[in-house]
Amino acid sequence: MSILVLADLHEGQLAGMTGHVMAAARAIGGNIDVLVAGEAVQPAAEQAAKLDGVSRVRVADNAAYAHQLAEPIGALLVALADDYTHVLASTSTTGKNVLPRLAALKNVGQISDIIAVEAADTFKRPIYAGNAVATVQSADALKVITVRPSAFDAVAERAEAAAGIEAVDLVADNRQSQFVSEELAQSDRPELGGASVIVSGGRGMGNGDNFRLLNGVADKLGAAVGASRAAVDAGFVPNDMQVGQTGKIVAPELYIAVGISGAIQHLAGMKDSRVIVAINQDEDAPIFQVADYGLVGDLFEVLPELESKL
Amino acid sequence: MKVLVAVKRVIDHNVKIRVKPDGSDVDLTHVKMAMNPFCEIAVEEAVRLKEKGIASEIVAVTIGPKAAQEQLRAAMALGADRAIHVHTDERVESLGAAKVLASVVDEEQPGLVLLGKQAIDSDNNQTGQMLAALTGFAQGTFTSKLDVDEQGATVTREIDGGMQTLRLSLPAIITTDLRLNEPRYAKLPNIMKAKKKPLEVRTPEELNVSIASNISLLGVEPPAERPGGVKVESVDELIEKLKNEAKVIS
Repeated sequence: MSILVLADLHEGQLAGMTGHVMAAARAIGGNIDVLVAGEAVQPAAEQAAKLDGVSRVRVADNAAYAHQLAEPIGALLVALADDYTHVLASTSTTGKNVLPRLAALKNVGQISDIIAVEAADTFKRPIYAGNAVATVQSADALKVITVRPSAFDAVAERAEAAAGIEAVDLVADNRQSQFVSEELAQSDRPELGGASVIVSGGRGMGNGDNFRLLNGVADKLGAAVGASRAAVDAGFVPNDMQVGQTGKIVAPELYIAVGISGAIQHLAGMKDSRVIVAINQDEDAPIFQVADYGLVGDLFEVLPELESKL
Repeated sequence: MKVLVAVKRVIDHNVKIRVKPDGSDVDLTHVKMAMNPFCEIAVEEAVRLKEKGIASEIVAVTIGPKAAQEQLRAAMALGADRAIHVHTDERVESLGAAKVLASVVDEEQPGLVLLGKQAIDSDNNQTGQMLAALTGFAQGTFTSKLDVDEQGATVTREIDGGMQTLRLSLPAIITTDLRLNEPRYAKLPNIMKAKKKPLEVRTPEELNVSIASNISLLGVEPPAERPGGVKVESVDELIEKLKNEAKVIS
């Protein structure tokens, strides 16, 4: 077996998700290369070379790959895929954007969002918002797979690089799409995807201003702040904070759901958290069925008290 | 400009699903079905483009069993002008769906194709991207804002950590995210009118497309249940439990 892992980047650095995808690659077994594609990505390549289990880092450093546009990155993967039996990426917005293009152009199926490796051709993946788990098998010569990062523990990072770094000189042509701009939320808090503690708010927060009550608790816990789809739909907070079937899927050590009723679509995004706390005024809210610790109460009283006592 | 919009018949998003006792699949017998919510957003966007005078004709397309015609009628009640039903009773994976759609695109020559970013049954999030790759059209996924003019389309995409704006050439494939728009409800007179709008039935064979897949479903199981938790009476008790029992805070 020979596996290519598409690295995720965050501002030119290697994103933490790549270590989790590496763990899925190791569960499949075989030789593992990591592809780092972007512009000015040498630091990310050096970080990737330190990940446990990497044989070789391949770097496509070119303006054509800046901003991870689907067309050129897809074409690059197509050009490299013949060397591999498996191509893996995370279920980041980049992985989801690019990998189906590789699958289609190679005329193979894609297996999305795997949470377990049963064999080199057999995987488990959630369907119906995580209300069922499917076991699927691919008979395609090339397996194209996206991996749910939170379902695999990241591989260790070594102090010294053990893998070699090689440049890939291919430059893909792109006449279909042009980058215009990017607006990334600036925050001192950890990212939702990698946070070990998450405090999330729902419709019960009432408005966007009240999220500062969550921020206070989050600051005490070093936590990321998330939201339910109801809170996003109501315009309280931006969509990139959304935890759920159609937002981020997270599995932190501690998840605190505040003013969240617990719709199926929200539970799909957080029910694999190790410990779940629910704070809600409605004692019949479905969120209490998945919570390890439930506190029935008025969040406007509970949150300030929690912040002051932590 | 002609706009093609793909819709999928899926389980209604409010229905709690059940796995069949033999673990072969999810049980869909006597379950309420509906248009995939992301496809509703795609239809709504197509209708808005027509209202703005950008789209000249909206063609709705679906792939599936005969019952999927209900979702095409729903799309026409919302404003699609005509519909194409690609009839098959086989299980269709994303690649097969993308091949069928590519063949329809080839016949219809739309300037824009709108699809939902994912279907809430298989949760794959693949078909739009595959269609873009197969047609060579520009790709704009997870779109929360769309501006179309004669020369191209400007799309704002939901990406991890924020938003990205791209300028796409036409024809383009757009997949919709939640915040693109809020779909309207169909009015009764429009539901009646939709029954008379043209609906053409095709098959994958006629379109010269193989929908066979190399991915097989070995089984389906319910997710691991979380053991029920406890209610705590106060913030003090909560902090005490988190520190000493769960050991997740110090």
